[in-house]
Amino acid sequence: MTRSPLAWWRDPWRRPKVLIGVTAAYLVWSLLPVLIAVLFSFNNGKSRTSWQGFSMRWYWGDQTRSVWHDASLHAALVQTLKLGLITTAITVPLGVAFAIGMDRWRGRLPETANVVMLLSFVIPETLLAVALLFVITTIAVPFSLGTTAQVIGLVTFQLSYPAVLVRARLATIGRQYEEAAMDLGASPIGAVRRIILPMLMPAIFASTVLVFADVIDDFVLVRYLSGDSSTETTSVKIYNTARAAPTPALNALATLMLAAALLAVVIGFAAYRLLTRSDTASADRGIGAFAGEV
Amino acid sequence: MAQDLAGIQGRQLTPDPAHSAQGRRARPGLWSLLAFPGIAWLCLFFLAPLYVVLAIVFGSVDPIYRTPVPVWNPLHWNASQFTYVTDRIFGSNAIFGPALLRTAAYVAVASLVCITIAFPVAYYVARLAGRRRGMLLALLIAPFWISYMMRMLAWVNLLADDGLVNKALSLDGLFSVHTEWLSGKATVVVLGLVYGYVPYMILPLYAGLDRLPQSALEAARDLGANRVSAFVRVVLPMCRTTIVASALLTCLPMLGDYYTNDLLSGSPRTAMVGNLINETVLTPGETGSAGAFVMIVLVVSLVPMLYYVRSTRKNELVAT
Repeated sequence: MTRSPLAWWRDPWRRPKVLIGVTAAYLVWSLLPVLIAVLFSFNNGKSRTSWQGFSMRWYWGDQTRSVWHDASLHAALVQTLKLGLITTAITVPLGVAFAIGMDRWRGRLPETANVVMLLSFVIPETLLAVALLFVITTIAVPFSLGTTAQVIGLVTFQLSYPAVLVRARLATIGRQYEEAAMDLGASPIGAVRRIILPMLMPAIFASTVLVFADVIDDFVLVRYLSGDSSTETTSVKIYNTARAAPTPALNALATLMLAAALLAVVIGFAAYRLLTRSDTASADRGIGAFAGEV
Repeated sequence: MAQDLAGIQGRQLTPDPAHSAQGRRARPGLWSLLAFPGIAWLCLFFLAPLYVVLAIVFGSVDPIYRTPVPVWNPLHWNASQFTYVTDRIFGSNAIFGPALLRTAAYVAVASLVCITIAFPVAYYVARLAGRRRGMLLALLIAPFWISYMMRMLAWVNLLADDGLVNKALSLDGLFSVHTEWLSGKATVVVLGLVYGYVPYMILPLYAGLDRLPQSALEAARDLGANRVSAFVRVVLPMCRTTIVASALLTCLPMLGDYYTNDLLSGSPRTAMVGNLINETVLTPGETGSAGAFVMIVLVVSLVPMLYYVRSTRKNELVAT
């Protein structure tokens, strides 16, 4: 069937070819470079640009420079996961309690605190990192640069994720379940513990995965607050060696982090679907709701 | 729009829980107790450090060790370190001026390119993708879970002197192409910024376009608007807030970015204000300058930050 271009343009049901093209091109452009980098982590040679056969050499085969045998790469991986776990364990309870409190407590003070929380969400990370670095280097504070400082910085920067997600969820739940519980004799604390918290589980869960995946990718805060090379993470390692004669072991390290993040997200998403299985309060159970889209 | 109105009306019709019988039983003490640890944390590790920056910028420097000496009392503040920096931005010896101008230009161009890419992609996936929407959304979100450094490393590999880009351009050795992409090319830095930050723009845009009521668009077409004018007069005005908010979410982190520049150029010819911060922050005696740069970026970004907060809180009110 041939049509004039004018008829094609006027047809309201035509396929949006231009938009399909742009979207496809964007996806290729955004994902292909990373896939190539992953591919070269399996290269049998030292080059990151010409393919010399498949091997696991840079993961554990090479006795000195593979991720498994090179102590510094190994340490970076451990430090990254350590920061991810500790930060998530502190951030999520702190943020959830903050969100529930802020949602119910009316007044000037919680309004201000909410604005401050949102500011901490959008402040350029470098500014926060430099400010915290100044605090630690110029004032006598009871902690020094290293894991503690990194965790403090990361918690501050990530606190808004659980807070924002939980508040959005509280808004969709409404007050009626809690009020019913209290009419039936529950105390306010009992209503929070037995009604609100279980209903918040999907949001709490989503923010746990989000915070973890975001922390293991963090660079700016972690680098400024690291102190010495023993607390450097994979991102910092990549930054330090990317321009200075790296081997595919660097790609292997990055690939492992990628796998860790994707695994966290896939498991998280599956569990999130399971949690919201019989859920009528959340209209959208798709992956969008899970990606911090509020 | 109709949904939003219904939401607002519903909000006015239901009695304020704080004044209802049930509300009165919940003590406000419980809520403040729950919120307190978070508030304390933000005061200690977010607001206080920003004040420390001020105290250092307007403080003095130890004459022997060249370490900064913060001055806590604003009445005793001394502006010499701050004017030292402003003189080098605006004065006769303007060594920092070009980097600031460059930052503004790079961020502006990169944001424009981001919008040009992000809007069509978000529009297609949110409104026209149909069955493939879930899969496409997962692919759009994927860069979020890939570390920023890994994505930059991927481009460092591709753009290296013997990298795949040069190989492809030389048609696998047929011509000799030796473009040094990674030494001080402004285009590469701007494209690196676009590549790094465009996912952060697509997602909020997607959410905004997803909420756009189809009925409004259909009404516009029914009333005689053609494709273009329906887009310009209905779609664009209805998602103006979303566009501005998502542009801010990409601009703000770019203002503090130094690592993209370091990895993809590493040359002072493309240095941005983030690089100035990064270079001065650990140099003895220049801590005050680093603080001054931080303050300048903070002041510049405060207005967009507050705008973002205001637009989010307006959305919150409509949503509840």
